[in-house]
Amino acid sequence: MQKGITCTKAVEMIPDGATLMIGGFMGSGAPHRLINELVRQGKKDLTVISNDTGLPDYGAVKLLAKHQIKKLHCTHIGMTPETGRQMIAGEMEVELCPQGSFVERIRSGGYGLGGVLTPTGLGTIVAEGKRVIEIDGKEFLLEKPLHADFALIKAFRCDYLGNVEYLLAARNFNQAMAMAADTVIVEAENIVPTGVIPPDMVVTPFVCVDYIIERDGTNGR
Amino acid sequence: MDAKVTIAKRVALELKNGNFVNLGIGLPTMVLKYLSPNLEVFFQTEQGLVGIGPVPDDGMVNPYLVDAGGSYTGAVPGAVSIDSSVSFGLIRGGHLDLSVLGGLEVDEAGHLANWMVPGKMVPGMGGAMDLVTGAKRVIVAMTHTAKGSPKIVKTCTLPLTSVRRVSLIVTDLAVIEPTEKGLVLREVAPGVTKEQVIAATGASLIVSDQLVEMPISE
Repeated sequence: MQKGITCTKAVEMIPDGATLMIGGFMGSGAPHRLINELVRQGKKDLTVISNDTGLPDYGAVKLLAKHQIKKLHCTHIGMTPETGRQMIAGEMEVELCPQGSFVERIRSGGYGLGGVLTPTGLGTIVAEGKRVIEIDGKEFLLEKPLHADFALIKAFRCDYLGNVEYLLAARNFNQAMAMAADTVIVEAENIVPTGVIPPDMVVTPFVCVDYIIERDGTNGR
Repeated sequence: MDAKVTIAKRVALELKNGNFVNLGIGLPTMVLKYLSPNLEVFFQTEQGLVGIGPVPDDGMVNPYLVDAGGSYTGAVPGAVSIDSSVSFGLIRGGHLDLSVLGGLEVDEAGHLANWMVPGKMVPGMGGAMDLVTGAKRVIVAMTHTAKGSPKIVKTCTLPLTSVRRVSLIVTDLAVIEPTEKGLVLREVAPGVTKEQVIAATGASLIVSDQLVEMPISE
């Protein structure tokens, strides 16, 4: 099973107008090589599902300079003023979602569920247009699944098969997103022989992973 | 005393031994500076780590270890890496003892608005809506006024974060507890009178029989 692919070829597979999940939180645990390549190839009209757009000049915010994002699903954009500016100016559609609901929407998209019922957002503008469902006398908001054409995942380690391990707080949305897209591309800090990551340390199983971004340069040096 | 220092010092007194706590970006994070050294408290960063710790020296940071504001942080022994789904399960599922958040407005019903000013500033709610909905206690840490206007108002005009009544409001002037009967003024800051608090508040206050000065020092 050959999953290795160059960063250039991986991004060439992504058509304009695609829906992308991009892992990471404020750029931590985000696939920066893939983001830079999306910028270099000028992919456009993207729908991006990502918790945020990183920090100034760090992370998915780089896709904003040439207006590559048509629609953004996210939870917080306070750290990147350009994102808020494009939203308020109407240059990009932004759908904000509470962070806990956001990850559950992605999780349900990947777990074959019809959505989640959460108390978060009840009685606020987040509930507008959404169904309120009563379960045993308590009200919950129905949050529907999110699914993507591609998920761009950042791993700490990935083996040749595609088993993925994360580090510290960088697991964040990567784990849920790796389940919720048709094609899953992993950008790993370290690629290691299959078997190096002990089974109990694997967080994302190899069956979810389609491609592993190869190291740059000759023999990776 | 600086307004934010007053707030951070007073909020720090609300953390109890063994608590599992989430501190919001900005002012709430200042609380870390004023904690009693004898206190054993675990802090969450909501994207997925239980047990964040002191920021390491420059050059020893790890880009995979950041706090809720994206700043480098550390981890304490016993810290646990989790994904965001588990992290928000801890928040919504009643496993988080305390959430401290900033505020733009709080009203007489104890409702908080802290995530957008329509058409002007829309940072987004991030984890705030889940935190206010799910944490066992919610403390709003904010300045009492903004550019001279009260932030504690009769009814919030900004979009709400949650319809759950927050547990406590700590400002540079006062400690106020939202209750079923309304907002109860429990403490005033050192050197501040209850009349000054009432004048700086845009909502009705019930002055507690046991009104005291905040037990904080320089």
